[in-house]
Amino acid sequence: MVLPSVLQPLAGGQSLLTAPADGAATVERVLDLVTGDYPALGRRLRDETGAIRRYVNIYVNGNEIRRLQGLATEVSPGQEVLIIQSVAGG
Amino acid sequence: MATAESYVLAIGTKKGLWLATSPDRKDWSLSGPHFLMSEVPSIGIDTRDGRTRILVGVRSEHWGPTVFHSDDLGETWNEPERGAIRFPEGTDAALERVWQIHPDAESRPGVVWAGCEPISVWKSTDGGEHFELNRGLWDHPHRGEWGAGYGGAAAHSIVLDRTGEKVHVAMSTGGVYRSLDGGSSWEPRNKGISAYFMPDPNPEFGQCVHKIAADAAVDGRLYAQNHHGVYRSDDDAESWESIAEGLPADFGFVMLTHPRRAGTAWVIPLKADGERIPPEGKLAVHRTDDAGASWKRLDDGLPASDFNSVLRDAACVDAEEPAGVYFGTRGGSVYASADEGEHFAEVASHLPDVLCVRAAAVSPAFASAGPAAAVSV
Repeated sequence: MVLPSVLQPLAGGQSLLTAPADGAATVERVLDLVTGDYPALGRRLRDETGAIRRYVNIYVNGNEIRRLQGLATEVSPGQEVLIIQSVAGG
Repeated sequence: MATAESYVLAIGTKKGLWLATSPDRKDWSLSGPHFLMSEVPSIGIDTRDGRTRILVGVRSEHWGPTVFHSDDLGETWNEPERGAIRFPEGTDAALERVWQIHPDAESRPGVVWAGCEPISVWKSTDGGEHFELNRGLWDHPHRGEWGAGYGGAAAHSIVLDRTGEKVHVAMSTGGVYRSLDGGSSWEPRNKGISAYFMPDPNPEFGQCVHKIAADAAVDGRLYAQNHHGVYRSDDDAESWESIAEGLPADFGFVMLTHPRRAGTAWVIPLKADGERIPPEGKLAVHRTDDAGASWKRLDDGLPASDFNSVLRDAACVDAEEPAGVYFGTRGGSVYASADEGEHFAEVASHLPDVLCVRAAAVSPAFASAGPAAAVSV
């Protein structure tokens, strides 16, 4: 999972987090695995109900998962999951 | 007479936190921003137990809300890994914003209360590092009928008595609720407070009370700034009577009371509903010293013209003698008075919208604490 620079301090300075995979996994499962050791990072991405925060965008294979199956979107072994925040505001 | 050698004024804004320090409450040095680009709608300065802990509710539009604390005047900030305030499983709710952080009485060290959006009250017994949801209010049968003000649906005022058993909470919208058993059960207490915007203008609950505060020296006396209407209760909110006569407008968000003296309170009137500005564009604080029987306009040191409003927690008093009065505007100006509002001086200007200010005397050891590096969430 590729993190934007602003979140990297919450992952020990890492820009890339990996999760072991025996096969395809859902985005939800990947998030659980990679944020397990970094709960503060996990809270930045999802709220207590498990929902992805409104201005957090997660891409799998170049597609934003809200346009796929959301957290149930499958990630294949070796595939990158990109975390990108929305750019908006004033 | 000052009781400490240094003072801190914490300023939460729409885009970060600034800290001002002063040796005398007259000359202020500003540092910041901390948490740049995150809003800081709530601050608690806890000076109990011989330490100064600054607690801040921080909310990023991207990364959500959290609570940080600093024990070194903002040099470093910490947050519990799993979050200080976290809705428990089964509530199907998520924290939206921390509206209020309120350290309890000196006699109850470690106890800190929080008021949040969605409407909820929380209690910490470890200095604000972990809070527990008040289930009595969360499970209240009225919940489904409570509404949201423009800023959201939140519990924004928490008033505690000396015993800790009597707790008053105000929410927008819902009104005032009272607990006589330390927060286990709650009943609405809004008799006399108008809800002119509802079909029944005198409902049991549903009022848009903007802020409540307790009289420091008279048990059972409370003051309320309502969405139109300024009120006093002398019977623990059993009934409320108007004390708005003598004010240029009865709308506003702020209600402050003196830290020790009976009958003294401050409001900052705004014209509403159509305009939401200081009446005639002339910003002024109004103080009563007789529990609302009369009001004195205080504007020395304030600009001749200002069209910005002052939000409910963007004003505070300190605990000094004479009491200091502080407030910030949505135009980013912050004013301080070391003499209960008789004279104001501008502490900061051109900041983002001011959402919250809190001030306290701090121990001399903190006076040399330097400005912090920028901290983001």
